[in-house]
Amino acid sequence: MVDQFEMSNEATVTLPRVEERIPTVVVDDAHVIYRVHKGATGGSSPVAAFRRLVKRTNAPNIQEVHAVRGVSFTAYRGEAVGLIGSNGSGKSTILRAIAGLLPVNRGAVYTQGQPSLLGVNAALLNDLSGERNVTLGCLAMGMSPEEVARRAPEIIEFSGINERGDFASLPMRTYSSGMAARLRFAIAAAKKHDVLLIDEALATGDEGFRKRSEQRVRELREGAGTVFLVSHQLASIRDTCERSIWLESGVIRMDGPTDEVLKAYGEFAKSKR
Amino acid sequence: MATTALVDPETGLTQAQLAARHGLRVAGERPSVAEYSRQLWAYRHFIAAYANAKLVASFSNARLGQLWQVLTPLTNAAVYWVIFGIVLKQTSIPNFIAYLTTGLFIFNFTQSAVQAGTSAISGNLGLIRALHFPRASLPLAIVVTQFQELLASMLVLIGIVLVTGEPITFEWLMLIPALLLQAVFNAGAVLTVARLGARATDLRQVIPFLMRTWMYASGVVYSVTLFQNLPGWAATLAQYNPMLVYIELGRYALLEQAPLLNESLTQLWLAAAGWAIVAGAGGYLYFWRGEQEYGRG
Repeated sequence: MVDQFEMSNEATVTLPRVEERIPTVVVDDAHVIYRVHKGATGGSSPVAAFRRLVKRTNAPNIQEVHAVRGVSFTAYRGEAVGLIGSNGSGKSTILRAIAGLLPVNRGAVYTQGQPSLLGVNAALLNDLSGERNVTLGCLAMGMSPEEVARRAPEIIEFSGINERGDFASLPMRTYSSGMAARLRFAIAAAKKHDVLLIDEALATGDEGFRKRSEQRVRELREGAGTVFLVSHQLASIRDTCERSIWLESGVIRMDGPTDEVLKAYGEFAKSKR
Repeated sequence: MATTALVDPETGLTQAQLAARHGLRVAGERPSVAEYSRQLWAYRHFIAAYANAKLVASFSNARLGQLWQVLTPLTNAAVYWVIFGIVLKQTSIPNFIAYLTTGLFIFNFTQSAVQAGTSAISGNLGLIRALHFPRASLPLAIVVTQFQELLASMLVLIGIVLVTGEPITFEWLMLIPALLLQAVFNAGAVLTVARLGARATDLRQVIPFLMRTWMYASGVVYSVTLFQNLPGWAATLAQYNPMLVYIELGRYALLEQAPLLNESLTQLWLAAAGWAIVAGAGGYLYFWRGEQEYGRG
């Protein structure tokens, strides 16, 4: 690759097969800090609150969680990158930061185009019917009303929520958690994406839906420049990603070919047991 | 630039230089005001759909459903009428019930919008963290929802005004531009409290108190002529209170003999338009400046 790049400086036009790798996501020393309200704990008495006001200190029930501590990497066009690590290691947080949904406190995240996050947590309105949620979700992703009207039946069909009766016209709060997750995934997957971030989206739903959604993700990946996949199912990372990044406590432990990273991660997980 | 740990092995560039070289943009970067407004316009269908959905959702658990849109203002008016009209025997104002309800409904438009606005961002963190859209869509959707509720309460109001014997005049048409100006004013106020409420959750406790105080300062439940007893500067202040301005315009439009603090219609319109422009533009810019913060914490 290095040699190729040296050559390509002037000669890219004459030698089209030699291409410089084009970065799509550049993460530069990113830090993300959550401020969490712990709820009513010690020190929440009015006197204590007043003293804090006077002394201008932070409330003790606000805790700062330093979820990502200085992560740097570059992802290139055509790459599929797996993100692995234990629960709470900052995988989902870094995806949200790449999607521009969660601002970084220090450092920077640069992206090409608008990355899209396919997650199971896409919140919808529980008091509204599935159909209305489809409309709202699609509009929120920037589709035109005509496009939404055209795609809506297809989305509901894909989610399979109508397999047992007309659930699409019932409020979402009546859905089982699996059904709600399927509908959310179906909505999010309905759009074309430049940079695609997939956060455990394949872990929900029954066998039939999982097959359908894996197929859909493959289609989405073919159209997308770069794919990030967060998963605890190491098999699916091995199947889809040639490169993996291992995060632990908000710091990159390892970044390299999937085989090597997975091996090291496997040993780490075993030693913890 | 030496602080960057990782330097691209192929090009020897730092991360930031590499990003700049390939024209990558900072994720979630704040667009310019013009670009932001353009995006917001592109999301107008989302705003309308979201406002509608909220309106439907707010009544979806109630058995009487959307009938509450009319019942709530009616019961409110009834309670105030019993207290101030019957128990306290308010006699100085001709057609007190119409005077009261006009003020009450117009004030309620701002009050409920501002109250809902405090949680426009903090109550939708899930949506904000999941999807990309101009965040001002959420507070603006609240204004649209409240405007729809206002239309329902205006039907009630017109019913009350007619029943209490006010004639239908051309001045009634003044109500339309007055309410539209108030809607712009509300949009500014809602955008402001939405940004404030995104950080300080305490605001939700303070707002009801502030709004109640503001209501008593806006001559909703008593005759505005009482303000003339105040010292000069305080009377002037009361006269240009934006809520009083919009309420007076409403009373001017609908009622024949209502006591008014500001008899000059030109002054009223200028104040109403001025407040709408100042609050609307100010609130919009203030909210836009915080665009990147929403979703954190």
